[in-house]
Amino acid sequence: MNSLGFGEYLLSRWDNLLETSIQHAQVVLVSLLIATLIGVTLGILTYRRPVAAQLVLAVASTMLTIPSFALFGLMIPILGLGFTPTVVVLSAYAVLSILRNTITGLRSVDPAITESAKGMGYSNWQQLTKIELPLAWPVIIAGIRVSALLILGIAAIAAYVNGPGLGGDIFSGLSRIGGANSVNLVLGGFLGIIVLALVFELAFAVLNRLTISKGLN
Amino acid sequence: MSEERNIQNGTAENHAENRGKAMIHLEKLSKTFPGTDEPAVEELTMEIYEGETVVFVGPSGCGKTTTMKMINRIIEPTSGRIFIKGEDVTDANPDTLRRNIGYVIQQIGLFPHMTLADNVATVPKMLGWDKNRVSERTKELMELVSIPASYGSRYPKELSGGQKQRVGVARAMAADPPIMLMDEPFGAVDPITRDRLQDEFLRIQEDIRKTIIFVTHDIDEAIKMGDRIAILQERSVIAQYDTPERILTDPASDFVEDFIGSGASLKRLSLSKVGDIDPANWPVASLEDSHDDARRKMRESGKEHVLLLDGERKPRRWVSMADIEQNGVPLKEAGWPAIAIVEARASLYDTLDTMITSYKGSAIVVDDDGRYQGVVDFETVLASIEDMRPQDANRPDKTQRDVTR
Repeated sequence: MNSLGFGEYLLSRWDNLLETSIQHAQVVLVSLLIATLIGVTLGILTYRRPVAAQLVLAVASTMLTIPSFALFGLMIPILGLGFTPTVVVLSAYAVLSILRNTITGLRSVDPAITESAKGMGYSNWQQLTKIELPLAWPVIIAGIRVSALLILGIAAIAAYVNGPGLGGDIFSGLSRIGGANSVNLVLGGFLGIIVLALVFELAFAVLNRLTISKGLN
Repeated sequence: MSEERNIQNGTAENHAENRGKAMIHLEKLSKTFPGTDEPAVEELTMEIYEGETVVFVGPSGCGKTTTMKMINRIIEPTSGRIFIKGEDVTDANPDTLRRNIGYVIQQIGLFPHMTLADNVATVPKMLGWDKNRVSERTKELMELVSIPASYGSRYPKELSGGQKQRVGVARAMAADPPIMLMDEPFGAVDPITRDRLQDEFLRIQEDIRKTIIFVTHDIDEAIKMGDRIAILQERSVIAQYDTPERILTDPASDFVEDFIGSGASLKRLSLSKVGDIDPANWPVASLEDSHDDARRKMRESGKEHVLLLDGERKPRRWVSMADIEQNGVPLKEAGWPAIAIVEARASLYDTLDTMITSYKGSAIVVDDDGRYQGVVDFETVLASIEDMRPQDANRPDKTQRDVTR
């Protein structure tokens, strides 16, 4: 079989590329959601306790230093192959910047604002949900965005554990480099990830507009 | 003056005067912050009466803010009791307590992510008021503090410092709490705005008569704002708790005297209204009167000038005997225009200022509508200053006369 030009390749395989791109986006979104739940909760629990905050930040940072390839490998004996280990590993990578930004955001709320909220009779829970979290939200969402971009890339490695997404094309292309369409497979995977990154950026811009109070920018 | 000996501490026994009920009663209230040996507030006992503005004033670090913040338990006392309307609230639910106490701090602390209307509506919403009542109350309050109702949908960042402070006050008053705590509320604005905010606040307080605790380090602000001033020294010990008048005329200790600083007598003048002193007996005539009438009135009074009023009794011109002798000139054009006019509610301080720069050293007092009430001159002002002085104080009269000459 002759190698196609990249343009012809895209035309003939676009449906397949679209499908793997959607799978890629799905696994990233699910991981991001889990990481946000974990990161924001840990942040809320620790932002007023310096020692605890240092501890969870240290653990989350250590996760980032483990090469993703190794971490995926470690998951095989525990969680097997496929969707589950992919989500676990991606979530672990995504937690750090969400957690760090939650702590930073909550700590940067002007004490005069929390004092006047307290002085008006807001309970601790109301202070958190009505004042502190909305004020910290721009910082938290920035953390989620950084995590999203980070794991969009890492998700490609998940093909190593048979995870869903664009990594499959890249891996199979690289494994038979020189063969027919091998370069096209790799390029298609790259292109898919880049397009997804742009889509995510756009989505975050919309989310910012919708969820950040006009009083804050 | 027939007033009693000044009160030197805040216990109830000493408040023999006829006055409202005690709204707040603090009993041996103390606070020692963790990690310190010295208490910041030590066994403070005082009573604060309904409808009064009590100013806590003292040097920085004297514990005045700590004392105030213990009343709504933003700072929990180490020992002692707090009573509000006779009820012990020392262990009450702090959130419920705070919803009934307005709170304004120097940094204001408006919620930047909420519109002004939402900021003002904070406590009413918490108390579960229905929507219409909340929005009506919000509009009413914005108007009260001179913020256009159309600003309701704006955010705090769009306001000037003075406007923010007004919204902060409106927010604190929203649910009509009987008590307001104000911690240097006008400390962060420029002097001109501060002056205006103080005046507005006094005007509002005249209507609402809340029980207000106002903390400041500025004795002049304390004199202006307070019905009663508590001068606090180290550890929130009360050096004197009294009306501004008596603190100025009869300071209880050297500490108080030092704290008031120089010019106590002049400051005292800013507390009396010119409308409260007896004006000098001055001849007045109408612009429509004949020259003969004007001449006769002047002769009868023995003064050298007569004041001419128009049909609405508004002061128009001063004329002297010589002016009237010129029969050809109608009274409307004789003499010189009446200037140096003060309203009856102007302070003696402002009146003196006007008099010093006026011709012949006198000022015309008018009511709110500009109608003639009387004329004051240095003699009348001096006579009222004599009255202010405590009998036992041996202050040299000479200095004050020298000032006025």
